[in-house]
Amino acid sequence: MIRLSWLQFRAQAVTAAAALSAAAVILAATSPHRGVNAGFYHWLYMAGIVVLYLTPAMIGSFWGAPLISRELEAGTYRLAWTQSVTRTRWLAVKLGLGCLVSIATAGLLSLMITWWGSPIDQLNDSRLSPLTFGARDLTPVGYAAFAFALGVTIGLLLRRAVPAIAVTLAVFAAVQVAVPLAVRPYLIPPVRTVSPLTTSNITGTGDGGPGAPGVGGQPGPNLALGAKVDIPGAWVYSVQFTLPGGSTNLGPEPQACISGSGNACDTALARLHLRQVVTYQPASRYWAFQFAETGLYLLLALLLTGFCIWRVKLRS
Amino acid sequence: MGGVIEASGLGKAYRRTWALRDCTLAVPEGHVVGLVGPNGAGKTTLLQLAAGLIAPTRGTITVLGDRPAAGPAQLARVGFVAQDTPVYTRMTVADHLRLGAWLNPGWDDSLARRRTGQLGLDPKQRAGSLSGGQQAQLALTLALAKRPELLLLDEPVASLDPLARREFLRMLMEAVAEHGTSVVLSSHLVADLERVCDYLIVLVASKIRVAGEVSDLLAAHRRLSGPRRDPDTLPAGQDVIEESHTDKQTSLLVRTSEPVHDPAWAVTPVSLEDLVLAYMNPANEIPARKPQLGLVS
Repeated sequence: MIRLSWLQFRAQAVTAAAALSAAAVILAATSPHRGVNAGFYHWLYMAGIVVLYLTPAMIGSFWGAPLISRELEAGTYRLAWTQSVTRTRWLAVKLGLGCLVSIATAGLLSLMITWWGSPIDQLNDSRLSPLTFGARDLTPVGYAAFAFALGVTIGLLLRRAVPAIAVTLAVFAAVQVAVPLAVRPYLIPPVRTVSPLTTSNITGTGDGGPGAPGVGGQPGPNLALGAKVDIPGAWVYSVQFTLPGGSTNLGPEPQACISGSGNACDTALARLHLRQVVTYQPASRYWAFQFAETGLYLLLALLLTGFCIWRVKLRS
Repeated sequence: MGGVIEASGLGKAYRRTWALRDCTLAVPEGHVVGLVGPNGAGKTTLLQLAAGLIAPTRGTITVLGDRPAAGPAQLARVGFVAQDTPVYTRMTVADHLRLGAWLNPGWDDSLARRRTGQLGLDPKQRAGSLSGGQQAQLALTLALAKRPELLLLDEPVASLDPLARREFLRMLMEAVAEHGTSVVLSSHLVADLERVCDYLIVLVASKIRVAGEVSDLLAAHRRLSGPRRDPDTLPAGQDVIEESHTDKQTSLLVRTSEPVHDPAWAVTPVSLEDLVLAYMNPANEIPARKPQLGLVS
């Protein structure tokens, strides 16, 4: 069964090998300039990220979705299921092999692009930022495995290759948008730090009301602040300012900040003894997030695989 | 045990329509069984149930004493060729033989090679570029070289030209003689099966109308013709399968286990085709079967 699966999946594997070789050549040829974050090399850096997001989507829709749906569509499943191999084994081997090739493709590509982009990543200190996080190290592997299993599942349910490809693409894109927004922030509880706000960190004040800060020279009802947060490489969820008692209602903006000098304003603010509450993920959690998110996707892939096997066992 | 296919109360519904229902039968070993019925009668459903491709909605079916597709061992004993004889269009003929060898422990490679050679199939040719008849032959070769104990063929000769049809049936008979393979093959034409079948199942509108050995069936049916007469006046033991009347004449196809002695009738044997057509005609009501006829062995 493994040999048959390989025979049927060989073309895809060869395509993947060719694409990986092409990527390797391009990245190796441009590697002397890989720290240059401008012009063509900046473009190439961004292209690497885009390619790493597209690869799992392509794997899911063009390898995963047709894998079973094409057999159901053409009727060849009746040839396959009446050989001396149970259909669950047939499915498990096809799925397993396809998943391995998908993981290897995404993994190797991620390895190359992560290496190529690492000088700029270090410069930007942005490994936890939502954009780069999903295109570095392990996450593309999880995405690829999930996308492949998702494609197979949708193909099995729709029984038609072309609609399965389209639906897989749409569902996978939706998941890729939903996870960074609604799931990733909750994978690990964030760190919350409360520290006295030093006035030198304040970047601006306002009255919190409608219109520009201090419009008309009158104090606004609520003081609003802007402040620098200097935590290198952190993924900052929110920055809040409170009074020593914990209240977020800071009262009216001091008159000194509306009409007075900068120093007068600073003095007025210092008198409030404001505190800064920062909710964030420190950069040191990068690998914890990588493992957590990759694990989550691999788990989903495993669940989908289980569903497919159960479904094929039960089918018709 | 003993039966290659045993079904009891077997039924399969798709959504709300029954493709097959109340199917109870026991096909004994070593026969070439013809499964005859009009299109849409449930032949494909019955064969797919026997091959384990679909699961019954009601009732049970065992094939060679085991649940269909119960495991690799059971699958190895049953060969199946689907109606549209699916093959992998992008794989070559040689790839298909390789597939057979990889997936079947009892694979007879010399048989497979001999057959593809005889059929003039180029091993390097892609299956997608073969003609419909050649694809059918390739699918049949796969099923045969698997060396099954039971071969299930859904409309196997439908896509073959008359010459290939005769050749195929001859080859099938050889396989039966050589390996003792039991065969079930379906067709909507009795003529296709008449020369090879020694057991017949007639399926109409998702129900079995009659099943039995051809020789028993032929022995148990007579055509009676004579002066016009009400069929209800026939003696007990003579069941009317089909009747036709003119002003003066009555012609009946009856099922009876005893010789007909009434001198008013001209008694003639029936051909298999007449018999099957009589059972296939949905207008004919089939009287309850009598067990002593041995229609279910």
